Amino acid sequence: MANIAPTDAGYVPPAEVEDTELHDPQSFITKYIWSQDHKVIAIQYSMTALAVGMVALVLSWLMRLQLGFPETFSFIDEADYYQFITMHGMIMVIYLLTALFLGGFGNYLIPLMVGARDMVFPYLNMLSFWVYLLAVLVLMASFFVPGGPTGAGWTLYPPQAILSGTPGQEYGIVLMLASLVIFIVAFTMGGLNYVTTALQGRTRGMTLMRLPLTVWGIVTASILGLLAFPALFVGGVMMLLDKVLGTSFFMPTIVELGEQLEYGGGSPLLFQHLFWFFGHPEVYIVALPAFGIVSDLLATHARKSIFGYRMMVWAILAIGGLSFVVWAHHMFVSGMNPYFGFFFATTTLIIAVPTAIKVYNWVLTLWQADIHLTLPMLFSIGFIVTFVNGGITGLFLGNVVVDVPLSDTMFVVAHFHMVMGVAPILVIFGAIYHWYPLMTGRMLNEGMGQFHFWVTFLGAYLIYFPMHYLGFIGVPRRYYELGDTTFIPESAETLNAFITVAALVVGFAQLVFLYNMIHSFMKGRKSSQNPWSSASLEWQTPQKPPVHGNWGPSLPIVYRWAYDYSVPGAGRDYVPQNLPPDQVGDTDDPQPIGGGPVPAGQAAGVMEANK
Amino acid sequence: MVVAVILILIVVGSVVFHFMSPWWWTPIASNWGYIDDTIIITFWITGTVFVAVILFMAYCVLKFQHKEGRRATYEPENKKLEWWLTGLTAIGVAGMLAPGLFVWNQYVSVPEDADVVEVLGQQWQWSYRYPGEDGVLGTSDARLIDSDNPFGVNPNDPNGQDDILVEGDDLHLPIDRPVKMLLRSIDVLHDFYVPQFRAKMDLVPGAVTFFWLTPTRTGAFDILCAELCGTGHHIMRGTVIVDNAAEYDEWMSEQETFAELAARAKAEEKQQAGLGTPTGDGFEKKVSLVVNEDTAKPIQ
Ligand code: HEM
Ligand SMILES: [Cu+2]
Ligand SMILES: [Cu+2]
Repeated sequence: MANIAPTDAGYVPPAEVEDTELHDPQSFITKYIWSQDHKVIAIQYSMTALAVGMVALVLSWLMRLQLGFPETFSFIDEADYYQFITMHGMIMVIYLLTALFLGGFGNYLIPLMVGARDMVFPYLNMLSFWVYLLAVLVLMASFFVPGGPTGAGWTLYPPQAILSGTPGQEYGIVLMLASLVIFIVAFTMGGLNYVTTALQGRTRGMTLMRLPLTVWGIVTASILGLLAFPALFVGGVMMLLDKVLGTSFFMPTIVELGEQLEYGGGSPLLFQHLFWFFGHPEVYIVALPAFGIVSDLLATHARKSIFGYRMMVWAILAIGGLSFVVWAHHMFVSGMNPYFGFFFATTTLIIAVPTAIKVYNWVLTLWQADIHLTLPMLFSIGFIVTFVNGGITGLFLGNVVVDVPLSDTMFVVAHFHMVMGVAPILVIFGAIYHWYPLMTGRMLNEGMGQFHFWVTFLGAYLIYFPMHYLGFIGVPRRYYELGDTTFIPESAETLNAFITVAALVVGFAQLVFLYNMIHSFMKGRKSSQNPWSSASLEWQTPQKPPVHGNWGPSLPIVYRWAYDYSVPGAGRDYVPQNLPPDQVGDTDDPQPIGGGPVPAGQAAGVMEANK
Repeated sequence: MVVAVILILIVVGSVVFHFMSPWWWTPIASNWGYIDDTIIITFWITGTVFVAVILFMAYCVLKFQHKEGRRATYEPENKKLEWWLTGLTAIGVAGMLAPGLFVWNQYVSVPEDADVVEVLGQQWQWSYRYPGEDGVLGTSDARLIDSDNPFGVNPNDPNGQDDILVEGDDLHLPIDRPVKMLLRSIDVLHDFYVPQFRAKMDLVPGAVTFFWLTPTRTGAFDILCAELCGTGHHIMRGTVIVDNAAEYDEWMSEQETFAELAARAKAEEKQQAGLGTPTGDGFEKKVSLVVNEDTAKPIQ
């Protein structure tokens, strides 16, 4: 077997580059504000993303109130509703999920997992966060300008997005586009860093095929982002020009409310192609990090090596590559050449194969395992349920002709919330419960966590599973209210009210989670050095939480992959990646490097690494 | 134990809900029953996978939960099993894709003898144009649109003179005759959606899009807009009435043609002028603009 199995454990290539020199922070400001430490930047990214995510969550409550109890809340009018869905959708997808997975988890975990002292370009990394913050502020400013934020839907389709029938067409749309452009600048700085660090910053012995799947997922997602965001960037700039300078990239001849406009000759479909060339890979920018992280959570908490590691890596790469040739499955009924449907339906359904392999390998990892039902494990199980559910409805929508009746109905809303809303967010929660002790040195409260898990998981399932059936009836999405129809039964209104109540309960559980994070930060139980007995490198730092530079005087040396759990013949049920081969049989706790006396064998290796 | 039971309940609950809930598609009124069939096939294949995966997981959680002294099996890979699963998945996927593409081929192939009806969308209403006696729609251009020519029909095109224009009224279709719906928008994207027909398609300003269907059941059905088009999106409604042939012909004979409409507008204008009322500027707009061939042709 290749260099993943224990047979070749111990192979360590010679050091190629010298250890990095880091500029240690001098003051409070350089330590916590203008910090170049990837861990501090990760936390800045995460807190900003969670804060803006709260805005999106509150907006979802308002939308659900309107849908569940139409004509009850006079303070929500049509324009408000469309502004809410737009801001909710955009914030959730870009400013929360993308930023949190890549800027947050990517920043925190990549250097620690590959055994680097920091990102390869720490200064750029710092800039990335501040530019991201600027993008968030510009977006939030749109709530306060005349006309309010844009209500064009998160897809921002022109011509509607910049015409007067749409709320926020005065300033809201300009700020939205400007904010996206700024976000992409921030992402590019971050993304280049993540990819370069994973390729160039790996410590001795950390071959590519020894990387944890978390790193594979996040890095592949970053590459997708680097290739996909430019399409959104040009689309955004072109629409800004159409709006501000009166060009007609996306604007054909238009008669608006009886008046002939100056525009002419542009193509609305061009924008849709640009948007979805970005938009579909974006789904995987969110999904691949979740795939990677959940693989690691499952292996660690089931005390079993991830099943089919190499297949998992190939599946991530295959999905990443294929995600660039499926974009027009969002446009089956857009009026594009209908013959494209054959191609894009085929590519879309092909993606299902590597995706299904990942699902099989996750559940097969649980086979004959030693399953600890910790919070991260529970969230991972919740992820598998919601992801499989959302994945199979994707097969409906991808199969062109089945998409025809279902597109633009609540079926779509249910599908994408299940697969890219609920599923990745469950992974985020699992990951926070898993790595919180590493980041803070304390454990999150278990009781609150159990409450949070069960309410969120079951609640979300109750919200979205029945919603598919509204789509079957034919209830369209983005409807402020259904009004009178001949085909929607009374009972559908009842279902809508039920969904709203469930959504409010799930929302409340998130407040409990926030409280847990704050409370445990001050009062939580102190965590041990390696509370989950994890084999991967991020738990092997000398200090907890890791300090600037991560590894103390010398970098770790890696002898094996990240999944040596329950290895026959090993002294304990896990073998840390950096445990020298001659200590694998020991039964006492492995020492983190730099902590306690350094065993002779390792000391020699360390000195060599530092030459 | 608890976790496994809840997983099993989720599976059982989902399946029971699927078969017992009152919410299912609205009874079909077009030839696109094939679409429903493809959905049923997809349901069986994917539903089986869903049930199998979750139940397998429930079994693992039950059977392999941690207890004192338990150790997991060390089995990083099993090439044979992985290839088997890949192969089976590929077969399942092909089983859904093949009927899907087969039906899509029908969806994009309009029958030769289909009637033609144009749907015109604008914020936030539907209007319709029939080709009239000659069976050919006159060319049109958004730049020709004004209050007298709401469809922008080219007044110099002889094919357009007998076009039947329906504004502010229902769309009528005869039963059992294939019809090609040509879709045109003059402002933003809209989407012509009748749940009972299953079919839908966006209206794109600057282009003419289409789909086809054969109505199979008489009655009145809601037309909804299914592509966000501004604050009035949810009130952009209409009604399509599927008639039997006699009713349809009778209704059609009561409609006004483009030429009649234009003559009436002229007459009213004369009358107004006679009364000394000033005509609004632009009212006499020359209608000699070249019709843009690109935008008037359906994309195919
Ligand atoms: C419990 C949490 C959530 C609730 C209750 C919720 C609710 C809603 C509702 C009611 C809509 C509008 C549906 C319509 O009228 O078309 C919507 C749209 C949307 N949501 Fe969520 N949502 C939640 C979480 C999320 C998450 C985590 C994501 C991240 C992917 C997300 C992404 C979106 C997107 C992209 C849209 C479409 C916006 C548009 O149509 O332009 N939502 N959500
Ligand atoms: Cu997609
Ligand atoms: Cu519309």
